[in-house]
Amino acid sequence: MDSIYIHIILLALIIISSIFAVSYARVIRGAIILGIVSMLVSISLFLLSCPLAGIFELSVCSGLITVIFISVISLTLPPDEKQRKVNSVSMMKKMVLLVLLVLVCGFSLYMLDSKNITFVPLMQNVQESIDTRDNIWNLRHVDLIGQALILLTGLFAVVVLFKKDKNKDKK
Amino acid sequence: MSVENILLFKLYIIATPVLFLVGIYAIMTTRNIIATIIGIEIMTKGVTLLLASCGYFNGRPEMAQSFIIIMIVVEVVILTISAGLIFNIVKKHDSLDTRNIRNLKG
Amino acid sequence: MSFSLAVLIPLFLVLFFNLPFYKISGKIAVFIASLFCIVQAFSFFIPADASCPAIQSLVSYFMLDFQCDGISRLMLLTSAIVAFSAILVLYATEESDRKQFNFINLILLSLAGMNGLFFVRDVFSIYVFIEVISATSCILIAINKDKNSLEASFKYLIMSSVATVMMLASVAILFLVAGGTDFVTVSNMYQQYGGNILVMSAVVLFIAGLFIKGGIMPFHGWLPDTYSAGSAPVSVYIPGIVTKTLGIYTLIRLFYSVFGFNTAIQSILLIFASISIVFGAFAAINQNNFKRMLAYSSISQVGYIVLGFGAGTTFGVAAAIFHLFNHSVFKSLLFVNSAALEKQVNISDMSEMGGLASKMPVTSTTSVIAFLSTAGIPPLSGFWSKLMIILALWTADLKVYAVIAILASILTMTYFLIMQKKVFFGRLKEGFENVKEAPLAITFVSILLCAITVVVGLLFPFVLNGLINSAVSF
Repeated sequence: MDSIYIHIILLALIIISSIFAVSYARVIRGAIILGIVSMLVSISLFLLSCPLAGIFELSVCSGLITVIFISVISLTLPPDEKQRKVNSVSMMKKMVLLVLLVLVCGFSLYMLDSKNITFVPLMQNVQESIDTRDNIWNLRHVDLIGQALILLTGLFAVVVLFKKDKNKDKK
Repeated sequence: MSVENILLFKLYIIATPVLFLVGIYAIMTTRNIIATIIGIEIMTKGVTLLLASCGYFNGRPEMAQSFIIIMIVVEVVILTISAGLIFNIVKKHDSLDTRNIRNLKG
Repeated sequence: MSFSLAVLIPLFLVLFFNLPFYKISGKIAVFIASLFCIVQAFSFFIPADASCPAIQSLVSYFMLDFQCDGISRLMLLTSAIVAFSAILVLYATEESDRKQFNFINLILLSLAGMNGLFFVRDVFSIYVFIEVISATSCILIAINKDKNSLEASFKYLIMSSVATVMMLASVAILFLVAGGTDFVTVSNMYQQYGGNILVMSAVVLFIAGLFIKGGIMPFHGWLPDTYSAGSAPVSVYIPGIVTKTLGIYTLIRLFYSVFGFNTAIQSILLIFASISIVFGAFAAINQNNFKRMLAYSSISQVGYIVLGFGAGTTFGVAAAIFHLFNHSVFKSLLFVNSAALEKQVNISDMSEMGGLASKMPVTSTTSVIAFLSTAGIPPLSGFWSKLMIILALWTADLKVYAVIAILASILTMTYFLIMQKKVFFGRLKEGFENVKEAPLAITFVSILLCAITVVVGLLFPFVLNGLINSAVSF
């Protein structure tokens, strides 16, 4: 099961699903397709021998983030049925960007084909491998403190941004 | 690295800019502010794939896993902040159009 | 100060303020936070190897007591000064107690993030702390929740996320080639494989991400809205230290400790810096809003800092960090004066103000000194730092850029003369008869920052020695 075709199929599915996620008129369908993209990325992470990260991605990104998106969309739904569809920007801008995307894809496929580009150097000193849990807890203290700071920031974001003001006068 | 591995690595290193471009395309061509956040999330998925593939081809997947886990925590907090901003913007303007937030001249 | 003291103390203060057993009022929080800022500012003058045994044993418990040297100590001092000014402006302008409390917590978290950024020795940790600073800045900009603030905060969030993704992709490629992410590993890798196309594209991506965060042209789209739309203390804090740290300090740290300096990267830095200087100055001349003019002036001065750094010599690095310190001080002073104007007069459009010098003497005197320092008039500190930048460029044989820098000083003086004439001098407009001087906290901060500018300018020979030493030992 570790052949290259699985990777190719997964990557192609991810790219196609992400193009679908941004092209729907109703944004709630885009959010659900984002959840599907997260699930495909998580399977890809499992194949690249990152099981812990895959589980984290599955539970947080494909679960929690999709729930946050759907709750935000539901709570800010316009009351009028007609306003739920969003009209897009001009066709000219879309066409320019789409052409750029196709050009980049074509160029990258061309570079994929030529087999004499070997441009990845690797340093060869591999030490004994450490478990991920040991890595985070014992070697990267500094990042743990950064994580604590950012979790406290998230807490204050909720307190500051989500609370209604006590006085109701609109300025 | 064998030939097959080089091919696989080229695949991953091409997929990341493509996802990046899809995300920027989403940010620039949409009129819904929630769709711009979806674009940011797609770019983040691209970088997640790049980190995981770099760890795999390097022989150190455990370091890549710790990076991805820390990055996912940071992303959730950024998303919370953007959700709070979107709530307040909708309360002030009563619509989800991005033309409402093009008011200040850049 | 070691890492533990500088980062963990604000973290524990925030936890201490928010325990559910008691409620701490805003004023006590303001007092404790300003006390911490004063302690951090004075720690610059304590030499690095002086230690007190009791604190040492406490600090080594957390296994995180590494020191910093050189430019990081100067940045600690700068961030402490700017945070202190912002806290005092908050005390003077904000009435609601809960809002003061939230603000103090956010500033303490942001200060902890910045102190962490000054100490780290690892490329991925740079990303984590940059995210902490960006997230707290987003919330700070949007804290009073009116239309302009929310719009500015949303724009900042989007552009900051794009820059973050670019930086993280660069970190991933560097990790791939080097096998680790700390500075020693990456710099060894760069010396061996620096010419490889993958590594070079990683470096370019990182620089582009830092340019977006630092507000260098042409990636400056979010900057004027952010500087002009926030409330008064936010407008002192974010232009004063956040943009400088995220963009400029990280650039200097990367290029001095990790990557070497080669001519391709040097030319990129010089070209973008000169574009920033010239177009920032031109854009500042056309502005009517006071704060937007200061924002474009900030872009121009940041161009000077990158120009000094792009010279490539030790003297250039010393010039760049000196100009960073000076710019933080006098730009914060100008924004504090704009906060005073906003509080007393309540309009931001310069064409409607006039002749306030007689009514607000302290504000107008200090802003005259600040603008003289910006334009580079002796004997203030701005003159010495601009002279050092021009000399560094001249001796590094980059005479074209030195000429651009000199010509742009004339533009700087132009827009500040226009500002001074419109706002402070001239005849008093009607409706301004009852305008009084700003409250004591704001005038105290103005006089303090003005005193720092004048004293550093007058005592420059003593300062120069210390600067060159710190740039070399780094």
